[in-house]
Amino acid sequence: MAVETGTTPAPAAGSGPAVSWRERWQTFRMSAWLGWQVESNWADPLLFAIYSMAKPIAGALILVIMYRVVGGESAQALFPGMYIGNALFMYVGALMFGVSWVVLEDREFFQLLKYIYISTAGMFWYLCGRAVAKFLVTTVAVVILLVFGAAFLGVPLHLGQINWGLFAAVFPPGLLGIVGFGFLLAGVLLISARHGSGYVESVSGALYLLSGVVFPLDVLPGWLQAVGKVIPVTYWLEGLRRALLGGTYTQALAGFSDSRLVLTVAVTGVVTLAVSVLFFNRMADVARSRGLIDQLTEH
Amino acid sequence: MATARQPAPEAAAAGPQLGAGGAAAAAAPEPLRIDLPELTLWQRLLLNLRAARARAYVRVVATGRELSWLAFEVAMPILSAAAYVYIYEALGAPPRYTGFVLLGGAMTAYWMNVLWAMASQFYWEKQSGLLETYFLAPASRVALLLGMASGGIFMSTSRAASTLIAGSLIFGVRYEVVSWPLAILAFVLTLSALYCLGMLFSSLFLMYGREAWHMSNALQEPVYLASGFYFPVRALGFWTALGASVIPLTLGLDAMRQLMFGAPDIAFLPVGWELLGLTVLTVVYFVLALRALAAMEHLAKREGRLTLKWQ
Repeated sequence: MAVETGTTPAPAAGSGPAVSWRERWQTFRMSAWLGWQVESNWADPLLFAIYSMAKPIAGALILVIMYRVVGGESAQALFPGMYIGNALFMYVGALMFGVSWVVLEDREFFQLLKYIYISTAGMFWYLCGRAVAKFLVTTVAVVILLVFGAAFLGVPLHLGQINWGLFAAVFPPGLLGIVGFGFLLAGVLLISARHGSGYVESVSGALYLLSGVVFPLDVLPGWLQAVGKVIPVTYWLEGLRRALLGGTYTQALAGFSDSRLVLTVAVTGVVTLAVSVLFFNRMADVARSRGLIDQLTEH
Repeated sequence: MATARQPAPEAAAAGPQLGAGGAAAAAAPEPLRIDLPELTLWQRLLLNLRAARARAYVRVVATGRELSWLAFEVAMPILSAAAYVYIYEALGAPPRYTGFVLLGGAMTAYWMNVLWAMASQFYWEKQSGLLETYFLAPASRVALLLGMASGGIFMSTSRAASTLIAGSLIFGVRYEVVSWPLAILAFVLTLSALYCLGMLFSSLFLMYGREAWHMSNALQEPVYLASGFYFPVRALGFWTALGASVIPLTLGLDAMRQLMFGAPDIAFLPVGWELLGLTVLTVVYFVLALRALAAMEHLAKREGRLTLKWQ
C-alpha cells in the first residue's frame, strides 16, 4: 500500500507504483463532492439556502447600519469600498476555515483522518477538494451580497464599468494565498487539540482588522498599518476594489499602480501557498512521528 | 447517590431465588424489577444540587486550568471590537460609540457560551458518548442544565470582564455610570433571561445532530444584528427592535448602555420597562424550558436519537 506523508508521492518501501495525477484528480474530485455533501445534506435545499445567506447578509447589514447611524459625507464616500471589502473577505474566512477545519472534523468527530492519511493520494488533494465546496457556497453568497448592495444600498457596481482584466489578474492568485493560509492553519491543527479551532478564528479576526477590510488601512495606527502592508490579503482586496469600483480606496497604497498591485498579489499568493504547503507537510510528518494523526482529545 | 441505587427489599429478596437455578428457572419468567426507594424532598434537592455543582465544577476548573483561552477568547473579541471601533473612528463618530462597541463585544462571550455550551451541549455530549449517562443518572436534567448555566456564566464572566478591562484600557473608553445598582440589576437580569433561553434551546437542540452545529453557527451574526451588539438597537426602528427583544441581550444591552454611558438619547425604551421585560423573559423562558425538556426528551427516546452519533 502506498503511504504518503504529504504532497509528494512517497510510497512505502517495496509497495506499488507512485501516485499518478489521475489518482490525485480523482481524490480532489471525490473530496469536493464529499465536501458539498457535508456542507449541505443536513438540511433541505431551501433551509440550506437560507442558512447560507443569513450569516453574510446579517454581517453586511451590521456594517450598513453602523454607517447609517453615524451618517455624513465620509460615510457615504467610504461605504462602497467597505461593502465590497466585507463581501469579498468572506472568501478568506470560508477558505481558511474550509481547508483547516477538516483536519479537526475528520480526526475528532468522524475519526476518518487516519484513513485519508494512508490513502493513495494523501491529504493535500483531499483538503484542496474539500475547500471547493466552501468556495462554491461562498461565491453564491458573495454574488448575492453584491447584487443586493447594487440594487438596494446604492453601491455603484455596473457590469459595463468593471475592469474585468484587473479582476481576472488579481482574483485567482489571491485565492491561492488564502488557501495557503488554510494549509498553514491545517498544519497547526494537525498537532493541536480540538480547541485549535480558536487559531482559525483568531487569524481570521486579525486579518479582518489588519487588512483594512471595512475601513481604509490609513485609519490604523502606523505600526498596525505596517503589519497590514505585509499581509497579501490587503493587496488582494485593494486590487479587487479598484477592479470593481475604480479609483484607490486605501491612500496608503496609492503609490501602487495596477500592474504593481497585480504583481504583488501574484508573487505573495504563490509564495504563501508554497511556504504553507511545505509547512503543512512538515507538520504532517511531526504528527505522524508523535502518533497524533488519529488522536482523540475530546477537548 | 448510593441511596437511589439501592434495590428495594423485595427486589433484593428476589435475587437469590432467580439465581438458585432449578425451581426459579422452571417458574414462569418474571421481569427483574428493581424499585428505587422514594427520596424525600430534602434528599432530592440535595441530589440535584450536587449534580448541578458537579456540572458547574468542570467549567469553573477549566477556566483557570487552561490559560490558552486568554489568547482566543479575550484577544478575539477585542480584535472584532477593534475593527468596529476603527469603523466608527473612520466615520468620525462620537467617542462613546467606542464604549458601545466594546460592551457589545464583551457580551458576545455570553451569547457564544449560550449557543455553543448550552444550546449545543447535548449534541457535544452525544458525540462524546456521555449523553446516555446523563439520562441514566438519578438527578434531574434541569439540575444539569442549571449547573451548565452557572459554570458557563462563571466562565463567560471571566472572559467578558477581561475583554472589557483590556479593551477599555486600549481604547481609552470613558464610562459615565448613571446608577451602579441598576446597571448590576440589568446585567443580572440579562444573564438570567439569556441562560433560561439557553436551557430552552438546549431542550430543542436535543433532537438535532449536525443541525445543532449549523443552527448555533447561523445564530451568531443575525443576533449580533438584531440585538444591536455594535450599534444602538434603536437604529433598527421601534417595531424591529421590539421584535428583537425576544432575545434578552437586546433589552439588556440597551439598558446597560443607558446606565453605563449616560446615553438616554440612544434609548430604545426607558430602563424600567427594559428591566421589567427581562424579568418577564426570565420567567417565560424558564417555564418553557421545563416543558420543552420533558417533551423533547420523550420524543428523542421514541425516535432513538439520544445515542445517535455522526448523523
